[in-house]
Amino acid sequence: MSKKEWPLWEIFIRSKAGLSHKHVGSLRAADAEMAVENARDVYTRRSEGISIWAVESKDVYASDPTEADSLFEPSDSKVYRHPTFYDVPDGISHM
Amino acid sequence: MKDINISELERKFQEKIDKDIKIEPKDWMPDDYRQTLIRQISQHAHSEIVGMLPEGNWITRAPNLRRKAVLLAKVQDEAGHGLYLYSSVETLGANREETIDDLHSGKAKYSSIFNYPTVSWADMGAIGWLVDGAAIMNQVPLCRCSYGPYARAMVRVCKEESFHQRQGFEIMVQLAKGTPVQKEMAQDALNRFWWPSLMMFGPNDAESKHTAQSVKWKIKRHTNDELRQMFVDATVPQAELIGLTIPDKDLKFNEETGHYESGAINWDEFWEVVKGNGPCNKDRVDTRRKAKEDGMWVVEAANAYAAKRAIRKSA
Ligand SMILES: [Fe+2]
Ligand SMILES: [Fe+2]
Ligand SMILES: [Fe+2]
Repeated sequence: MSKKEWPLWEIFIRSKAGLSHKHVGSLRAADAEMAVENARDVYTRRSEGISIWAVESKDVYASDPTEADSLFEPSDSKVYRHPTFYDVPDGISHM
Repeated sequence: MKDINISELERKFQEKIDKDIKIEPKDWMPDDYRQTLIRQISQHAHSEIVGMLPEGNWITRAPNLRRKAVLLAKVQDEAGHGLYLYSSVETLGANREETIDDLHSGKAKYSSIFNYPTVSWADMGAIGWLVDGAAIMNQVPLCRCSYGPYARAMVRVCKEESFHQRQGFEIMVQLAKGTPVQKEMAQDALNRFWWPSLMMFGPNDAESKHTAQSVKWKIKRHTNDELRQMFVDATVPQAELIGLTIPDKDLKFNEETGHYESGAINWDEFWEVVKGNGPCNKDRVDTRRKAKEDGMWVVEAANAYAAKRAIRKSA
């Protein structure tokens, strides 16, 4: 990256109180403050948010998609973690 | 990874596409898929950015404050669309600045429609109605494109585009029911923008070299001619309703098929504009290049300010 180019930021927006921040896209900005200001203009022109997080893209450590099968397999095989795995006798309610 | 050969990866890739599983940035993808997307998304981004120029031309001369606020908001949206799309291009590993420099050097293309001049206020109406209308026809199916970041950007874009088309149509309605001179302005704008709008969908299917592969990859969901037909069918009745005439002597409704049939498109004009010989090609690219060069000090000043702020924080 040349010195002139601004770093890339990932932008997360909380659309309303009670909901978590959600990734909406990325943008370029000289620093974190500017990333938030730019995100206001780029991603919330129609009241889409009440709070913005900006995370520099290079700081995001992501799982490797080619390892996804082995990473998530352990949870796929544990069907007993779901309530539907269990038989509930007829006549039982509220369980 | 090493022991899996490329054709096996390609087979699995196509299987995901066929099952409508989205492709995300870090997933394996064929190089041609990546290059096709980089070309298409960057062209789309450039079109949004260059597309601000013909309309920006009228912001200071909008007939009243309401129209001015609306046009300003519309043009600002187009800037936003360009930015969503440049971000999508970056997820494919393309360098944003190089992509933009390709536009400035004339290497990259953008929608040919923006190489036509906007000579009257009515052109703001015709552009919103026809050009954004055609863009919507193109973009709605792209919301289901197989590449996740592009599809998500398109969802945002499409939500915003519907106001663009309505504000343009409103201008046309107003002019069409105004004085004879105003109605004449509206008709003149329609006359000039009708055919270039039809050309926005690209060459006929028989001439379009990328279509088949793009459809297979679910980057494209409809062919150029299908989309053009949808646009004509939707737009002709709108013109009739406000008393304007589509400038096509051969246009007729086919009772059997339920579709309008258009006259022949002047493809020589289209290719001339694509090659750079349209009325405004040079002016558009020059304006963009100058904007980057003249704005470079802002990029540098912001970097210097950010560095100063960082020092102050760590002190
Ligand atoms: Fe747009
Ligand atoms: Fe667009
Ligand atoms: Fe638009």
